[in-house]
Amino acid sequence: MIESLLHASAVWRAGQCAQEAGATLPTGFAALDALLPGGGWPRGALTEVLLARQGIGELSLVMPALARLSSADDWIVWVAPPYVPYPAALAAAGLRLERLVVARPQAADAWWAAEQALRSGASKALLAWLRGADERRLRRLQLAAEGGAAWGVLYRHARAAGERSPAALRLLLEPAAGGLAVHILKRRGGPVSRPLVLALPGVAGC
Amino acid sequence: MLWLALHFPSLPLDVFARGTVTDAPLAVAEKQSGRSRIVACNAAAQGCGVGPGMSATAAQALADDLILCHRDRAAERASLEGLALWAGRFTPSVSLVPPAGLLLEIGGCLSLHHGLANLLRQARDGLAAMACAATMACAPTAHGAWLLAKAGSEKALRDRARLEAVLAPLPLAVLEQPPAVLEGLAMIGAETLGDCLRLPRDGMARRFGPSLVDELDRALGRVPEARDFYVPPAQFARSLETPAPVHDAEALQFAVRRLLPELEGFLVRHQAGIEALELVCRHERRDPAVIRVGFARPTREPARIELMLRETLGRTRLAAPVHAITLRATAVLPLAGVNRDLFRPAGEADGEWLIERLRIRLGREAVHGLATVAEHRPERAWRPSYQGAGEGEANRHRPLWLLPRPLRCTAERLKLESGPERIESGWWDGDDIARDYYVAVDPHGARLWVYCDRASGEWYVHGVFA
Repeated sequence: MIESLLHASAVWRAGQCAQEAGATLPTGFAALDALLPGGGWPRGALTEVLLARQGIGELSLVMPALARLSSADDWIVWVAPPYVPYPAALAAAGLRLERLVVARPQAADAWWAAEQALRSGASKALLAWLRGADERRLRRLQLAAEGGAAWGVLYRHARAAGERSPAALRLLLEPAAGGLAVHILKRRGGPVSRPLVLALPGVAGC
Repeated sequence: MLWLALHFPSLPLDVFARGTVTDAPLAVAEKQSGRSRIVACNAAAQGCGVGPGMSATAAQALADDLILCHRDRAAERASLEGLALWAGRFTPSVSLVPPAGLLLEIGGCLSLHHGLANLLRQARDGLAAMACAATMACAPTAHGAWLLAKAGSEKALRDRARLEAVLAPLPLAVLEQPPAVLEGLAMIGAETLGDCLRLPRDGMARRFGPSLVDELDRALGRVPEARDFYVPPAQFARSLETPAPVHDAEALQFAVRRLLPELEGFLVRHQAGIEALELVCRHERRDPAVIRVGFARPTREPARIELMLRETLGRTRLAAPVHAITLRATAVLPLAGVNRDLFRPAGEADGEWLIERLRIRLGREAVHGLATVAEHRPERAWRPSYQGAGEGEANRHRPLWLLPRPLRCTAERLKLESGPERIESGWWDGDDIARDYYVAVDPHGARLWVYCDRASGEWYVHGVFA
């Protein structure tokens, strides 16, 4: 009798994640793919990456997926990066420079630029460092990502971890011995209790 | 052969009314035998009782806020040529019929435009976009189509055998004969073309002259007709007057949109695309202002040109009211048709479009690509690129972030992981550097690219391994 109850669709099993058909981008890290719904970064949705310090591997985490998009001739837009994205290193990571756009807007136009890039349909990935996030602005970005079927990554400070957000996926990054500790704060499906430690390529000596 | 004739009955009025949409009564007057008489007026003026033929002073008495313009035959001629430019998007065989007509030979291009009905619909849409009223008719002979259009009979006739039957009910006034001939025909009781055609040919030629018989023969296709085709100019520069001065740039958009179909026809005819457009706004008592719009690549897509113009005008402020505009295509380059990939949607063109839109709002310098430069000095080994990617090579030992200016730091709390990489370069332009670069980890766990300046012994952070 318990089996028949469990098989009936009225019972939701906490161990299962939402299955999405073809709407994800493999991250390049098998351990992370196993924990994400659909096996990768959510396309057509917003991903928030929270961190307290820069330089712990926040870009290397997304590089494999970006390289895959770049090799498929898709545009990648960077909005308000904090420093100069160094072309020699980007090319070494597999990004095609011809399909890369860097936008440095004034503060007033930054959210508009991110929304345009997501909604246009031309750029398949957006990396944005935006300040002054509130739920309304985040929702607009989420909707723009859905409209353009784009993967949007918003980098924010770790102090925003406790805030509510409409993003489909929220990660908190911290340095750890042997690599990068990834806490999955929110994903479609149940929460993840233990952080994941990823060994990033290029960390152990150059 | 299939001919499409376009007759523009209200061209003298359209020349002025195209510029703005206004509810005010508008009338066009011309000096005839010493007095100014109304030639054409819009619906609002007709509502006030103004009609063609009355004197201008009487019209002004009837409607207080009447805008009175003097007939501008030169502008009508220019407008007709502009319409001929627009017609170039359908066929290269466009013939002018002054003062207010066009003939297009469309027999050869029907399959390109997916059939006659489709072509006629596109023509209607284009005329509506340009705010020119027209009557259209199709017939196997050019003159036959022209007579149908002049009579206002919008038929599309493809069968030569039925031509005589279709032309028969047309009134004699559409014939291009001197008034004496028309009066003579009226006196003998002929009212329609059908009556004329039943008259004996020799008698008609003797009494009314050979030109009448010749015109009827041309209309029915018994005699071949030769037409000169319009050759479009090499440059595109079209002007439009606005009857009432325009104060804000967004309202200018309205006027500019009238000229865009002509630009499209011009570009299709020349198989070219534009890289830059200029909009010259003429004010009274001031020098004209020029607004420029640039494109990342030569284009002739009307939607894209209109979008760029709209976004640029939306961010422009006019210094003074504008009473006339000129649209000029400054950088015209050959552009063949685009080959579309069967399986993949067109991705590259959309990306450039996104860049243009971002540039219009954020400024041209704020949106750029990245390129590598063959240089040892790290701060010079990259540059922002505004057109395509540059030379140089990938280097996996470099950090993903470069600080725009190296930051002083203290070396005690840094744990050096690898290095040193010695870079000494730049003696030839005075900016020489001698640095030992290391990969270091700071106490918070961030991986940095630091260097020790060999001349001063100071430590700097130059990059972040993110």
